[in-house]
Amino acid sequence: MPEPNATLASGLACPVPVTEYDRVQLGHGSGGKMSARLIRERFLPLFENDVLRRLGDGAVVPHAGPDLVISTDTFVVHPLEFPGGDIGSLAVHGTVNDLAMMGADPLYLSVGFILEEGLPFDLLDRVVASMARAVRDAGVAIVAGDTKVVDRGKADGMFINTTGIGRIPPGVRPDPELVVAGDVLISSGPLGRHGIAVMAARGGLGLAAEVESDSAALHPLVALLRDRIGGGLHALRDPTRGGAASALNEIASTAGVGIELAEELVPVPGVVRAACEVLGLDPLYVANEGVLLAFVAEEAADEAVRALRSHALGSEATVMGGAVAGHPGMVVLRTGLGGRRIVEMLPGDQLPRIC
Amino acid sequence: MRYLSEYRDPKLARSLVRRIRSEATRRWTLMEVCGGQTHTIVRQGIHDVLGDSVEMIHGPGCPVCVTPLEQIDRALHVASRPDVIFTSFGDMLRVPGSACDLFQVRARGGDVRIVYSPLDALDLARQNPDREVVFFAVGFETTAPANAMAVWQAARLGVRNFSVLVSHVTVPPAMVALLEAADNRVQAFLAAGHVCTVMGWTEYEPLARRFRVPIIVTGFEPLDILEGIWMAVRQLEEGRHEVENQYVRSVRREGNVPAQDVVSRVFELVDRGWRGIGTIPASGLGLRPEFSDYDAELKFDLRHIEARESEDCMAGDVLRGRIKPMECPSFGIVCTPERPLGAPMVSSEGACAAYYSYGRFSAHEEGSAGTAAPRHHPSPDDTRQEPAPVAGGGTSRA
Repeated sequence: MPEPNATLASGLACPVPVTEYDRVQLGHGSGGKMSARLIRERFLPLFENDVLRRLGDGAVVPHAGPDLVISTDTFVVHPLEFPGGDIGSLAVHGTVNDLAMMGADPLYLSVGFILEEGLPFDLLDRVVASMARAVRDAGVAIVAGDTKVVDRGKADGMFINTTGIGRIPPGVRPDPELVVAGDVLISSGPLGRHGIAVMAARGGLGLAAEVESDSAALHPLVALLRDRIGGGLHALRDPTRGGAASALNEIASTAGVGIELAEELVPVPGVVRAACEVLGLDPLYVANEGVLLAFVAEEAADEAVRALRSHALGSEATVMGGAVAGHPGMVVLRTGLGGRRIVEMLPGDQLPRIC
Repeated sequence: MRYLSEYRDPKLARSLVRRIRSEATRRWTLMEVCGGQTHTIVRQGIHDVLGDSVEMIHGPGCPVCVTPLEQIDRALHVASRPDVIFTSFGDMLRVPGSACDLFQVRARGGDVRIVYSPLDALDLARQNPDREVVFFAVGFETTAPANAMAVWQAARLGVRNFSVLVSHVTVPPAMVALLEAADNRVQAFLAAGHVCTVMGWTEYEPLARRFRVPIIVTGFEPLDILEGIWMAVRQLEEGRHEVENQYVRSVRREGNVPAQDVVSRVFELVDRGWRGIGTIPASGLGLRPEFSDYDAELKFDLRHIEARESEDCMAGDVLRGRIKPMECPSFGIVCTPERPLGAPMVSSEGACAAYYSYGRFSAHEEGSAGTAAPRHHPSPDDTRQEPAPVAGGGTSRA
């Protein structure tokens, strides 16, 4: 192992902390600022093109006929199975949802497996069966695949990549750039369940409470919004890694609007709130896999909430804030006491506090 | 939710705010000692609703922030050893040492793990008899009993592959250092409720008398903080200077005697360096000689590692309440939570990080209203732009 602190042993110290990393850190996978920098500085300049530059959940590609959307996502969740889902169902829902957030109907998926030598077949079979169920329920088909096996110790059991293609029906094309001051922000359900379920499944937290991941395919909700409010639907995001806070910061920054949340309206289930208190985490930064955030025109908000609530996945849909003209690019939460605070995009992973 | 919602009731909170604002005949300057209180104040926007009645100065009670640089460097050094599993509370991992942080040590192959309790670290040692497990024992009197218990248990069970890198500090000497400073502005303290849960408040009674300063033992929920502020304002208005206990559901005058007992069996008072403040005599806890087998500094020969602070970081002035975080020229420009220059920007309990995350909005508003003129108003654009290159980056400017 290279000696990182050769300077330390000699007693000489550089007064300025390292500001550039020379290798990948865990925080580069957090969905926060470090992730954004990784993409902006190391991938985007080399892969540069008009489609990729938009950095949406999916890419709309020019095509004769209806526009197609392509999205890809890789899943490395640990543990492989957790209450409410597993890496297989997650790999289907994640990519289907990325397509859905572009307003698309998902059609086809490809799947790439990286399997670690020694992975028990009964575990693999359970994951594949769960994928098959998720695909069937979502009404999509896996039409291409690839499998690689790596030496023991080189993958955490298994990694899965899925790439999806969807079709955007003519008319409605949600896009963060369409968000304007006055838009209403709706959450299709309570926040934080997936992240807490996975953390609890990792063990070592000693949580007695049961939390299930919310992992689900969201395109039926998108179809409802499209049908019922049409052009009133301005933008969609599924707040996965980095949670609602990161998703909303991205929208605020893309749309050049401010976003204001009302603390008492932010839907956080009691068990998630309690787990976050114990762990020193903020539920706004905890991952979701079955919730969408929608920005809709003010006059369409009531209908949007009604539409979402007509479906089981959206039965707890609620308004939690909106876009404002002030503080562009910034997400601000109005606390129960009437104070305000910025909901910042985190640099890397959320760190539990000491006390 | 039981035990949470009743201490966050917005109606009660608003009535306390009204009481504070109506009873304060002038602007009083209070310091909350503990980082957990800072977190609540900024996260709940309490500083935003107090208006002109009270100025809150954020005290030195963030364990992450005051852990001296050389202790961080020692942690980095031992965590880099291939035979070591280094365990720590989560938010120590991003604190910058002289050359890197614990996350970077991990990316380079160091086995660095987040634990929630030192006893989990001791379990790791028992599960990995062929590895050395080191726990980074930081914090105030609050974390000291559990850390002492881990050492005590290790000795009792004869676990030889467990040791602790100790950087414990205690609150009262830091308060004395602040009060003795010629430029002290603090007129009353909110003492740290959980420290007092362990230690009680008898230590604070002579301080209140000697410095004629009200000290309110205060909890961490919004209503606790507001009630603590109100009790302090009432004392100031009435010219009293006593120790009062707001946090009655947790704190007794004598504290938690068995916890104090285990601390005093394992630890003894030592001089301790505070990051940004300097060495304060008898302000820290170190292992007693009879537990020296569990002292990572001795086991891994770390004492020769010394370090010097960045000259750009004004953490000391922030921790002493001399400046607000945004008055530091590096704040939000060179120094961000993404790439912290000093420790207060790292932990969400740190005054700088708390301001960066939650307070810039109100700072922005204050600035545009023409009051208090911080030297820098980082707009959202400022914070996203690349930091200006720091002169001498990567070389020693000592």
